[in-house]
Formats: sequence, structure tokens, C-alpha cells
Amino acid sequence: MNLSRRTILLAPGLGYLALFLVLPCLIIFAYSLFERGTYGGIDYTLTAGNYLRAGSSLFARIFLDSVRIAGTATLVALLIGYPAAYAIAAAPRNQQMALLVLVMLPFWSNYLIRTYAWIVLLNNEGLINRGLESMGVIQEPLPLLYNEFAVVLGLVYNYVPFVILALYSSISRLGPELREASFDLGGSSWTTFRRVTLPLTVPGIAAGAVFVFVLSIGNFVTPDLLGGGQRPMLGNLIYSQYLSARDWPMGSALGFILVLIMLALLFGQAVFAHRAAGEVEARGVPAGAPR
Amino acid sequence: MRTDPIRLWLNAHLGLVYVFLYVPILVLIVLSFNKSGLPTTWTGFSTEWYGKLAGNPKILAAAGNSLIVAVASTLISTFIGTLLAMGMEEGKPNPYLDALVAAPMIIPDIVLAIALLSFYTLLNMSLGLQSIVLSHAVFNIAFVCTVVRTRLKNFDRSIVEASIDLGASEVTTFRRVTLPVIAPGVVAAALLSFTLSIDEFIIAYFTAGAGQGSTTFPMQIYAMIRFGVTPEINAIATIVIGFSFLLVLLSQRLNREAA
Repeated sequence: MNLSRRTILLAPGLGYLALFLVLPCLIIFAYSLFERGTYGGIDYTLTAGNYLRAGSSLFARIFLDSVRIAGTATLVALLIGYPAAYAIAAAPRNQQMALLVLVMLPFWSNYLIRTYAWIVLLNNEGLINRGLESMGVIQEPLPLLYNEFAVVLGLVYNYVPFVILALYSSISRLGPELREASFDLGGSSWTTFRRVTLPLTVPGIAAGAVFVFVLSIGNFVTPDLLGGGQRPMLGNLIYSQYLSARDWPMGSALGFILVLIMLALLFGQAVFAHRAAGEVEARGVPAGAPR
Repeated sequence: MRTDPIRLWLNAHLGLVYVFLYVPILVLIVLSFNKSGLPTTWTGFSTEWYGKLAGNPKILAAAGNSLIVAVASTLISTFIGTLLAMGMEEGKPNPYLDALVAAPMIIPDIVLAIALLSFYTLLNMSLGLQSIVLSHAVFNIAFVCTVVRTRLKNFDRSIVEASIDLGASEVTTFRRVTLPVIAPGVVAAALLSFTLSIDEFIIAYFTAGAGQGSTTFPMQIYAMIRFGVTPEINAIATIVIGFSFLLVLLSQRLNREAA
């Protein structure tokens, strides 16, 4: 009786996900092992060629570019996000929620619009260039848009709210006791931060970093609009293989590689968080001790 | 944290982060009311650009399409996702089920987009608003399920047993006991999936098909942005920002009432 009731509840959702998520993903995995047909279709001949081509110099360069851009965006987002999250966690309890909502609010407006706002600010006739010109700081407009700088800026702008949220939940879980113990034992503020706070917030850092990196490396909109196609990333490559080159097997192989990168990072993060929790427990502090 | 200079520096940094987050948005809003539409010279307050929008049939059609897609995918995913959440909360924790439900939320958009396009093409399905609805429901089911499960975790199951012991049927128990308790969570989940669907671009772009008739609002915005910076986009942006902030505040309020 109970079993059948549970089956009825689960069946529509699991069926839907099996049909519209698992099956389509299996299809592109299968496509990635076939050759491209002469007219853009699929030629059902097994090959490892797509994966071998993914390692060729042209694709490898875009891979490296993507990793560098996503890595830079991740690092900058962490450097901006950590002190901000720390400041929120140190604020009076009754203000923390409002401060967090204020951080997340822009995150909920349309991604395209948030990206477009930077085109308005950064272009040659934009607010920053025109402002600097009218103040006499520069004569020629600065090349702010359609380069790697703009792409990194756009990614940081869009994802820093989430990094702050992830870090906040990690930092706010720490009680003042450990820090006070460190101070009492003669540790300076810096030592306390480096030896106590930072190690204990590693799971939050890892969660935020993986989120920004995964969303950045698979991003299509930001490199397209702010990079002006100058710095295509993995997402743009998949897009062009599917919609321009009509090489679906190649696009599928790249998509599958993107998923593998994501899974590897998530797995690494889980292991990392698990080990960090273990270390804390070994030191006699229960992980996630309620505050 | 004992030394005040550090706290001062942290608070100054936080202030700058808010400036960074809000200045671009505020600039768009201000420019949308600028008569000339130019970024640097203020030529007077005007709602001219909003008037232009109201007379642009392409934008209105795209907004209509997005509403249809968002409402339809929200209805499907709220129903299926809520059932899924109830089923998952009733049984033992299952890591494979958890992973399956987490997958649509973390899989890169572009991968889900090409996977669904390949799937529909293989089935020879005609692409259009219906394929966008089916595609959006994939990630929306996952988000609805997650939100409703959080609500169910704090749910005292003994009142369901009490209702059944008192002779109520499963359906009556759901309607009179379970649903009122989880309702705030379900409404918040529906709002979330509506927001996600109405903002979603890449998956819609891939699964909309070639016809102009199934252009959604974000697809229209994307086409306009690629064309260049225009005052009309500033006006659209302002409306979209206002609308999404309203939705967020609404769901915040629901959450607070639920808590």
C-alpha cells in the first residue's frame, strides 16, 4: 500500500526526468561517438575522432582560454566575495538577512539585461569613457569592451552574489569561541584568520569556486556580448558547432567534455568538504555545530 | 575583529560591493527616462521610450510568448515537482534520486540545450513554444522539488496519520491537511519556476525552432542587444528589473510567513 502510494508520487517526476534529461544526455553521448554526415546530419559510423579533435591545437587553445578566463573570474569573485561575506556575517544579526537579500537581488534580474548594462558602461561612447574624457583624464576612449577584461568583469558581476551567499553560510556557522581562543593564546588577527577562520571556511570557498568556474566555463552569453566573439569560450564553441558548423557529433563531444569537467570539480569539492569536516571533527569540534 | 580598522575596512569593502552591484542597474533605469537616450548628457525627463515599446509589435509578441511558456512550464513543474518532493520525503533517503534531481540544476545550460534539441530532432518533433515549455519544465521540476522538500522537512507527519485514523481518505487528507501546510512552499516554488522560465535564454534559443512565431522575450532582447545600444532596450531593462525585483520581494514575504 505504502509502496504503491510512493510509486504514484514519484513516477511522473522520475519519468519526466528520465525522458527529457537522461535520454537526451545519452543521445548526445552516442552522437559524440559518431561521424558527421556529409550534409550536417549524423553518419552512424563509430569513431573516437571527435574526442581526438578536441585535443587538436585549435580546440585546445579555446579550452585553455576558457580555463584561464573562468579561473580568473573565479579568483576575482572569491577575493571580492570573501571580505564582503565576512562583513555581512560580522554585522548585527537582525541586519544580516536584509544585507544578503540586497546582495542577491540583482542576481534575480535577467542575465542578458545585467550583461547589457556593462555594454552601456564600457563602450567607447559609454558612461566611463565619456566621463573620463570630459574630465580630461583621457583623450582617446579606453578599449574597455570586447576583450578578455570585459568578459571577466561580466562573469564576476553576474556570479559574485552567489559566492557571497556560499561564503556567508560557511563563515556565519563559525562561532566566536575559536577565534577568541586563538586571541587568548596570543595569535594576532592575521594569524587567527589564516590558521583558524580560513581553514574552517574552505568548504564554502570550494562550493563558491566550483559554482563560478562551472557556470563561467560553459557560459555563452557573456563571451558573446562582452567579448564580441574575440574570446570564444567552451560554451561558444559548442554553440557554433551545433548551429553554425552543423557538426553535431563534435558539439556533443565538447558538451560531454564540459559535463566531465563539471563532475570532476563537483567530486573534488565533495571530497574536499568531507575532508575539511573530518579534520574539524578530529580536533574535537563537531562539524556544523549549531550556533 | 577586535581591532576597529579591520571592521571599518570590511564595511567599506561591502559598501563598494553594493555600489558595484547596483550602479549598472541604476544607470540603465536613469537612462531609460533620458529624452536623448544618450549615456552622458541629460536632456530632460521623458517616457517616450516606454511609449515606443508599447507600439512595437515584435516586443509585445515576444513578451506574450514568454508569458505563455512561463505559465505552462510552471503549471507542469509545480504539479509534478510537488508530487516528486512528497514521494522523496516519504521514503528512505536515496542518493541516486537526490543526484537525479540535482542534475538539471547544475548541468550547464548549453549542454541541456543541445541534448534537448538532439532529442526533439530525433523524434521529428515540431519545434515551437511547446518544445520550450517541455524543456523549461526539466529544470523547473528540479527546483520546485527542492523548494517543496525543504518545506516538507519541517512537516509533522503525525497529523497525516491522525487524519487517516479519523477516517479521512488519502485525497481528503492531502487537500485538507498536507496542502495547507506546504502551500507557502508550493507557491514560492511556483514563483521561482516562473522567474527562471521567463528569464531563460539559451535553452529556449535552441529549442524554439526556426520560426519567428516562437521568439521569447529574452531571445528578442538578445537580438536587440546584438544590434547595439538603444534607448528602447534601457526601457525594457527597467521594466524587467522592476518586475523581477517585485517577484523576489513577493517570494521573500511568502517565505517569511511560512517560517
